[in-house]
Amino acid sequence: MARKKRGIGKIEGFSIHFLSYSDIKNLGTTERIKKILNIVLGNNILIFQGRLRPDEETRLIEDTMAMIGHVSNFKGIELAVVPRNNEKSIFGKAREKIANAISGGDLGAITIIGPATIVKEIKKDPKKIELLLNK
Amino acid sequence: MVIKIFKGFIGRVISNIFKNKKKIKLGFYGPPNAGKTSLANRICKDFTGEEIGSVSKVPHETRNVQFKEIEISYKGKTMIFKMVDTPGIATKIDYEEFLKYKLKKKDAKKRAKEATQGVIESIKWLDDMDIVVVVLDSTENPYNQVNITIIGNLVARKIPVLIVANKIDLKKADIKKIEAAFPEYDVVGISARYGHNLEEFYESIFKLSKKI
Ligand SMILES: Nc1nc2c(ncn2[C@@H]2O[C@H](COP(=O)(O)OP(=O)(O)OP(=O)(O)O)[C@@H](O)[C@H]2O)c(=O)[nH]1
Ligand SMILES: [Mg+2]
Repeated sequence: MARKKRGIGKIEGFSIHFLSYSDIKNLGTTERIKKILNIVLGNNILIFQGRLRPDEETRLIEDTMAMIGHVSNFKGIELAVVPRNNEKSIFGKAREKIANAISGGDLGAITIIGPATIVKEIKKDPKKIELLLNK
Repeated sequence: MVIKIFKGFIGRVISNIFKNKKKIKLGFYGPPNAGKTSLANRICKDFTGEEIGSVSKVPHETRNVQFKEIEISYKGKTMIFKMVDTPGIATKIDYEEFLKYKLKKKDAKKRAKEATQGVIESIKWLDDMDIVVVVLDSTENPYNQVNITIIGNLVARKIPVLIVANKIDLKKADIKKIEAAFPEYDVVGISARYGHNLEEFYESIFKLSKKI
């Protein structure tokens, strides 16, 4: 298992990386952010089930900023959270509330994070989401 | 007898110090270029004649948190605010974007580096605020993750929030879209550049000040 050298070179394609909630649920904030940034720095678009807590989101932004300038060609990230559908049965809501209280995340949400060199913009409107890539 | 008088005096001094300490830390947060400094300048100029910082069409003009203490009087009431203008928060910063504004490569790179540090500084100060004005450009899409992250953090920290939809003087401005994106909040549409609707802004700030 050769470790990939850090740094984003010429874009010759990218892959999409998916994580389910169980992949990150037992990680602390630091580990979680590290895992996310490692995937993004490897030229991948990351999609994961759930969402970060607000304090984890700011931590992700801080760590991203700290890395710009230290990792060649890294210019930051694009991210978007697609919240879960609003129409939910009362039962569904109650069950989710409990799940969210335990995990701190919203399991019905989907988070998309990509390197800014690849993802130009994630256009989000309440109803649709568009991923615009750099040429 | 003497002691009693003395105590009363100390008490007054202490209560005066306490009163003076009751400055409300009013933070201006938002994405780059939304008009945070323009708004803070307008308020500072109205009450002190001085500005807080420089404004530019080039994003990330503010790269350090800047402060100014002012007394704001509105409808016969006066309050002391510590104005805190912050660097715009972004998830990406590319020095090449600054080249479009005719910055030299070296200056663009320097600006980018300072901007990344500015974002970190903004986030660090968030916890310290008593009230936060989230300034949004009403011609831009409000469903930007940075806006959601800022407001999410303020809610988690129970810091009162006022959303300002700035640049309503522009044709493309869409306050309705901002209101639809953040239905739980008061949204005040203003033009920091031309000073439109500042009355409603002061009214909202004084109202929020009661909550802290
Ligand atoms: N039309 C219009 N332009 C505005 C208004 N407010 C600010 N601007 C312009 O928007 C640009 C950015 O304004 P700033 O006040 O520097 O924005 P900022 O949020 O402090 O930006 P950063 O410091 O880069 O985060 C400048 O060109 C301002 O003149 C407004 O109400 N209407
Ligand atoms: Mg500014």
